[in-house]
Amino acid sequence: MKRVLAIAVVLLLALGGWWLFHMQVTQPVSPSASEVTEATLKDPALIAKGEYLAAVGDCASCHTERGGVRYAGGRVLPTPFGNIPAPNITPDRETGLGGWSFEDFWQALHSGKGRHGELLYPVFSYTSFTKVTRDDALAIFAYLQSLPATNQAAKPLGLGFPYSVRNSLKAWRALYFQEGEFQPDPTKSDAWNRGAYLVQGLGHCNECHAPRDSLGGSQNKPSLAGGQIPVQNWYAPDLSTQANGGLEGWSEQDIIDLLKNGQSARGAAFGPMAEVVQQSTQHMRDEDLRAIATYLQSLPARVPVPEEKSQLDTRPILAQGAKVYAERCADCHGKDGNGVAGVYPPLNGNSSVNEPSGINAIRVVLLGGFPPVTKGNPRPYSMPPFAQQLNDSDVAAVVTYIRQSWSNHATLVMERDVIKNRHTPID
Amino acid sequence: MKALSAKLRMATRVFGAWTGMLLLLPLASLAQDAPHPDIPDTLRQRIAACTACHGVHGEGTPESGFFPRLAGKPAGYLARQLKDFQEGLRKYGPMEYTVGQLSPEYMHEIAEYFAAQEVPYSRSPLPQLPASTIKRGEELVTHGDPSREIPACASCHGSQLTGVQPDIPGLVGLPYDYISSQLGSWRTKTRATVAPDCMSEIANRLSESDISAVSAWLAGRELPADMHAQQAGSVTPPLHCGVLGDKGDGA
Repeated sequence: MKRVLAIAVVLLLALGGWWLFHMQVTQPVSPSASEVTEATLKDPALIAKGEYLAAVGDCASCHTERGGVRYAGGRVLPTPFGNIPAPNITPDRETGLGGWSFEDFWQALHSGKGRHGELLYPVFSYTSFTKVTRDDALAIFAYLQSLPATNQAAKPLGLGFPYSVRNSLKAWRALYFQEGEFQPDPTKSDAWNRGAYLVQGLGHCNECHAPRDSLGGSQNKPSLAGGQIPVQNWYAPDLSTQANGGLEGWSEQDIIDLLKNGQSARGAAFGPMAEVVQQSTQHMRDEDLRAIATYLQSLPARVPVPEEKSQLDTRPILAQGAKVYAERCADCHGKDGNGVAGVYPPLNGNSSVNEPSGINAIRVVLLGGFPPVTKGNPRPYSMPPFAQQLNDSDVAAVVTYIRQSWSNHATLVMERDVIKNRHTPID
Repeated sequence: MKALSAKLRMATRVFGAWTGMLLLLPLASLAQDAPHPDIPDTLRQRIAACTACHGVHGEGTPESGFFPRLAGKPAGYLARQLKDFQEGLRKYGPMEYTVGQLSPEYMHEIAEYFAAQEVPYSRSPLPQLPASTIKRGEELVTHGDPSREIPACASCHGSQLTGVQPDIPGLVGLPYDYISSQLGSWRTKTRATVAPDCMSEIANRLSESDISAVSAWLAGRELPADMHAQQAGSVTPPLHCGVLGDKGDGA
């Protein structure tokens, strides 16, 4: 693995060096030379539209530090390559987007390049945002420019060599980035096209709900097939509602409920998705949520994963797990694993229980917690954390029991999987 | 004394159980119409994530001192702590995760729940410290140390050190380990609050031996008969404190 990485790094450097000679430096466009007038940017209707779209894109989530001024940057995004702090996008002249024109903004969002043509790190999801239309980008820009300017300088980049060499991104972009606005499919309904646009573009769902390879590239074929989020170590499940999909059997209403209220008849949002629901999807219009559901329901069926026959005799583990389940879990989630409608989510057929890694179930057992507070669920019921009460063996047993009971047929988890996830970072 | 307090505790428990059942009676008759007969529609049921560690009445774990008592602490103070965990000013992973997506309204409701709990106070183990240290502790708590600009604890936390509504917590009835680790965490910046963070300033003016002295004297003090926080506005803080809406004369 290390060898493969080393070769990849050398290749990157070689490619980066070659491209260095071909690098084009661009000049920023001054706001006075912009094709967009100041009056346009001050249009209240455009600003309101932009505010909504910024919520859909969940821009504030990365561009706001915990407890900090909204959009003033500062949240540090951990990646396997180092820490990347999100910049200030309020219209502050010195530290934010104050001197930016719409052309500069478009170049960042659509092409993944900074004002001077420097290549941006794809932790800023321009791989998805490139699909955003120019009209929508303009509205978002107008909204951001309408915010109060906050003077807050960016934190230093926490990337080591060779990742600190921005030009190495040329090679990365050649592999993973396809520039271009969303092209509607005329054979599909308006709702489908709107849903596809939101999911693939502003919503940037595939940035988490797809596996990432060792170079940090997101797999797009098939898209939204689920993947482990690097460093954060949560598993973002597959989003297909059809045969063998992570959301197999989810109705349109189930999808809407989860995105709007943080909880549906099929499961609750937690971990990073709880934040997405709280900050972004609960604010979306019903017709947009319906469009997203329409699109997700059109994702194809998945190839069944061949059932792994364990060499272990799992009977003692399952017996131990059944005992823990009866004592700790059954009161709320039910002996049948079906939960209590509207209160406690079912574990039977739950996408996060059955996801391939087992990480989500392990961490939820350890951490417990609340689903997100939303307008539709302002006082959610919560789950106790069991990190202090259950040892690694009991957690592994109960998670294995849950993953292999009722209609669930997921793999077993081991004590070592629990140990690894006892101390994962929170933010 | 010990036997008496054990009896009292027993009596409260029995009384508590009976009132609990009485309260549940009307619920039981409603239960048939309710959609989820087995799940009570109570805040207590909703906040299992809190009560698993802090106890259903916020009694905490006085024996080990690991999970702090919440019962009877002023609501404004408790709500502020939840917000500080949410914003990463107070650092403890499991708390930061648990409160991450709660609304201010829900956090206030949860704070009110624990503030309203009446739980008898219990004694916790004290370290063996020389009498001179305990004396120094008493001096700091009651008079402060003007030469190092350390105000008396009582000047904010109330004449009986039982706290002041709605934002200032009591200091008596807390374990030694809890008080000393909180004072330590202000110095290591794992506990902070909105600026100006007056407790951080004070904790940083204390020496390590001062922290032991103050914590030991407070933890060993006889408890006043009335452990409730004093009424709002009954103290004039000598420092500007962000948590008090920057009230204080700054002297």
